[in-house]
Amino acid sequence: MAVRRRHRLQRGMRFSEERLGASRAIKWALRYVFPDHWTFLLGEIALYAFIILVASGIFLTLYYVPSDTQVIYRGPYALLRGEQMSEAYRSVLDLSFNVPAGLLVRQIHHWAADVFVAAIVLHLMRIFFTGAYRKPRDLNYFIGLTMLMLAILEGFAGYSLGDDLLSGMGLAIAYSVALAIPFVGAQLGFLIWGGQFPGSADFLPRLEIVHVLLIPLAFAVLITMHLAMIMRQHHTQFPGPGRRERNVVGTPLWPAYALRSIGLLFAVAAVLVLVGGLIQINPVWQWGPYHPYLSENGAQPDWYIGWLIGALRLMPNFEPTIAGHTLIPNPFWGGLAFPLLVFAMMFAWPAIERRVTGDYRRHDLLDRPRDRPVRTAIGAAFLSWVVIIFAVGSTDRIFVRLHVPYEEQIHFWRVGVWLLPIIVFFATRQICRWLQRTGSHPLRDWEGAVIARRRDGGFEVVADSPQDAGAAEPGPPIGTAPGQESEL
Amino acid sequence: MSDGPHRRPTRLRGTISMIAALLTARALRDAFARRRQARVTSRPLRTGEDPSQRDVAANRRAETLVAILLVGAGLFAFAFTIVYAAAGASTQLLAVTLGGALALLAAGAIVAGKALVPQEKSVEQRDVLLKEDELHEVLEIIESGGEGISRRKLLAGAAGLAGAGVLTAAVTPLASLGPDLDAIHQTPWRRGVRLVDDQGRPYTAEEVQIGSFYTALPEHADPGAFGSGLLLVKLPADRIHLPPARRDWAPEGILAYSKICPHAGCAISLYRYPTYQPTSVGPAFTCPCHYSTFSPGEGGRLMFGPAGRALPQLPLMIDAERNVRAAAPFREDIGPSWWSVRRGQS
Ligand code: FES
Repeated sequence: MAVRRRHRLQRGMRFSEERLGASRAIKWALRYVFPDHWTFLLGEIALYAFIILVASGIFLTLYYVPSDTQVIYRGPYALLRGEQMSEAYRSVLDLSFNVPAGLLVRQIHHWAADVFVAAIVLHLMRIFFTGAYRKPRDLNYFIGLTMLMLAILEGFAGYSLGDDLLSGMGLAIAYSVALAIPFVGAQLGFLIWGGQFPGSADFLPRLEIVHVLLIPLAFAVLITMHLAMIMRQHHTQFPGPGRRERNVVGTPLWPAYALRSIGLLFAVAAVLVLVGGLIQINPVWQWGPYHPYLSENGAQPDWYIGWLIGALRLMPNFEPTIAGHTLIPNPFWGGLAFPLLVFAMMFAWPAIERRVTGDYRRHDLLDRPRDRPVRTAIGAAFLSWVVIIFAVGSTDRIFVRLHVPYEEQIHFWRVGVWLLPIIVFFATRQICRWLQRTGSHPLRDWEGAVIARRRDGGFEVVADSPQDAGAAEPGPPIGTAPGQESEL
Repeated sequence: MSDGPHRRPTRLRGTISMIAALLTARALRDAFARRRQARVTSRPLRTGEDPSQRDVAANRRAETLVAILLVGAGLFAFAFTIVYAAAGASTQLLAVTLGGALALLAAGAIVAGKALVPQEKSVEQRDVLLKEDELHEVLEIIESGGEGISRRKLLAGAAGLAGAGVLTAAVTPLASLGPDLDAIHQTPWRRGVRLVDDQGRPYTAEEVQIGSFYTALPEHADPGAFGSGLLLVKLPADRIHLPPARRDWAPEGILAYSKICPHAGCAISLYRYPTYQPTSVGPAFTCPCHYSTFSPGEGGRLMFGPAGRALPQLPLMIDAERNVRAAAPFREDIGPSWWSVRRGQS
C-alpha cells in the first residue's frame, strides 16, 4: 500500500519535474518557516476574506445590471411594486428575491467586505505597535497601506452600485468631495460622473468596471508583491529562546502549518457564510430607490466610511473664498484632507522614526509595544484621534438614543478631539513604563504575592511575584538591544 | 400546545446530536491530551539553545476525529445541494448547511494540523539582503551598456521629451469622458414653472400649511435632476425676515428652497417647527447627513453645521388659479460648492 502510494506520488512529481524542474523551489517552499503567534493570522484573515470576496463577487457580477434607465418594479417585493427605480436597483432586488442563493451570496459579499477592511486595520495595528514596518519591511508596509486605501475605495464603490437610497446619498457626498478639490474639482466631478450629479448613463458602468476590474486587478498585483516580499525577507518574530535577528523559528509550511492555514481559510469562509445567511446586512429593499430629492434620516454607512462622516460632521463651516471664488469648499476638509493626512502620516512614519532615533539598521525581531513607550504612545494617541472622529459619526444616534443634544456633542468634540489624544499619549507612555518596570503582561500575568498556609494555621508570603514563585512562564527577554536605548 | 407525534422526532434528533457532540468533545480532548503531556515533559529551553524539535504524532484518536469531521463536512455539503434543489430553499438553511460544511472542514484541517501530522519546530536562516560584491557586478553590467555613447545629455533630453509627449497623448482621451461644464449652473426652474408633488399634482397656496414641509418638483421636467427638488413651507409673517432684495419672494408667507444641501448634496429632510413659542429657537431645516441647519425665515441662513453657504432660495408667485409657481430661476447655484460656484448673498 505504502509502496503504491509512493509510486504514484513519484510519477506525479516526475511528470512536473521533467517539464518545470522546480524541485528546489518546492523544497524551499515546503520548509518555509512560519513563526507561531496569533497576531500573524490577521493578515491571513484579510487574504482569505479577499478570496471569498472574489468568489462571491463573480457570482454577483453575473446578475448586476449597471443601468440608470428608469423602470417600474413588478417583482415579488410587494412594498416596492409599482415604484419607479433604476434598472440597477431592480437587478439588485431581483438578485435578492428571485435568484436562488442570491441573497445569501450578496450578504456574504457584504460581510466579507467589512471583515476584509477590519482585518487589514488590525493587521496594520500589529505591524505598527511591534515595529514590523522597519527596514527591510518598509516597502511592504507602504504596499499594505496602499491596499488599505484601495480596500476602503473598493468597499465604497461596491455598496454604491446598488443605486438604493443609501448608496445614492453616499455618491452625492462623494460627488461633493470631488467638486471640493480646489480649482479643478468641478471638471473632475463632471469627468467622473459624465455630467451634473446624479450623472449620465455612463456613470454606473464606469463605477462597475472600477469595482469589478480595475481595483481587483490592482489588488491582485499588490497582494502578489506583498507575499513575494514576505517570502524573500521571511516573517518577523518576537524575541524568545533561540530567536535571533538572523534566523526565524517556527512551524514549517509542510505539513502542520499548511493544514492549520487551510483550516483558517475554511473557518473564515464558514463564519462569513453563516453570518451572511443568518444576520441581515444592507437590506436594500428597505431603503427604496434613490432620487436626488429623497434622503433618509439616521442612515449609517459601512463602518470603514464612518471616520469620514465623523470628520465631515465635526468640521466647522469653514469655506474660504477669494475674489468671489470658493477656494476650498467645505467637504474637502473632512472628505479628503483628513483621510489624506491620516495616510500621509502613516506613510511618513518609518522615515520619521529613522531620523529621530538615528536607527537605520535592519530589524527582523519585533518589539514588544511596552519596550518602545514613546512609539506606542504616539500610535495610541493617533489611533484615539481617528477613533474619536469615527465615533463622532454616530453623534446623531447618541442623540436619538440618549438624548444628548447633537449640537452640544459637536461643540464638545471639536475641543475633545485635540485634548483626548494628548491624555492618551501620556497615559500610554506611563503604562508602558510601568509594564516595563514590573515585567508583567497586561493579559497573561498577575500581580500580587503568593501566600501559603503554615502548619500552625497562619499564612505567610512565600513570593512577591509569580516569577519568584516559579509559577509563570518565563517571558521573553525584555529586549532593548545595545545602542537602542531610545524609547521610540 | 405540545402534540406528541410532532415532538418525538425533535427530541430524538436532539438526543442524537447531543451524543454526537459529547463524542466529538471527548475525541477532541483525547486528541490534544497527548500533546499537552508532551509539552509538559519536554525540557524548558534556555536562551541560546537550538529550539528545533520534531514530534511524530501517531495518534489514532485524532485520526478518527478528523475522519468524523470530514464525513460530517461532506454530509453538510450534500445537504446544501439538496436544500438548494428543493423548492423554497431558505437563505438561512443554505447558510447553515454550507457554513456547517465549511466549519467542519476547518475543524478537520486544524485538528489534523495540530494533532495528526508531525509537530515540528524548525529554524531557518535569513538571507543577507545587500551583498556588496553582487551589487557592484550588477552596477557594472548596467553601466557597460552605455559604453561608447558620448552625447548623453542630448539623448536623455530627447527621450524625456518623447516620454512626456507619449504620456500626455495617453491620458488625453480621458478628456472625452466629461461633457462641458455649463450644465452645472442649470436647474429646471424658470419663471412660471408650477410646483408639483411627486405624483405630478400642482400645489395650491391653500395646501401649504404652517408647521409642515412639502417636497415640490418642477412640472414637466425631470424629477431626478439635481436641482429639481424643493422644500416648500409656509411661515407666519412675524417669522419672516428676508433680505430687502427678496421682499416679494414669499407670497402669503410661502417660501421655497432648494432641497439639495449646499454642504455635500444630500436631500434635506428634517423640519423643526417650534411648538412652544417663548423658549424654542425658530423654525429650521436640517440635513440628515452632517446636520447643517438652515433658517427658512431668513433666506436660508446657516444656523449650525458644516455647510459653507446659505440654502439657495427660489422666488415664488401665486397665479390666478392659486397655483404656486416659480417667479424666476435660482439666483445662485444649488448643491455643493466648487471653485466658481455662484454664492448667495446672505
Ligand atoms: S450634506 Fe447636508 S450637512 Fe452635509
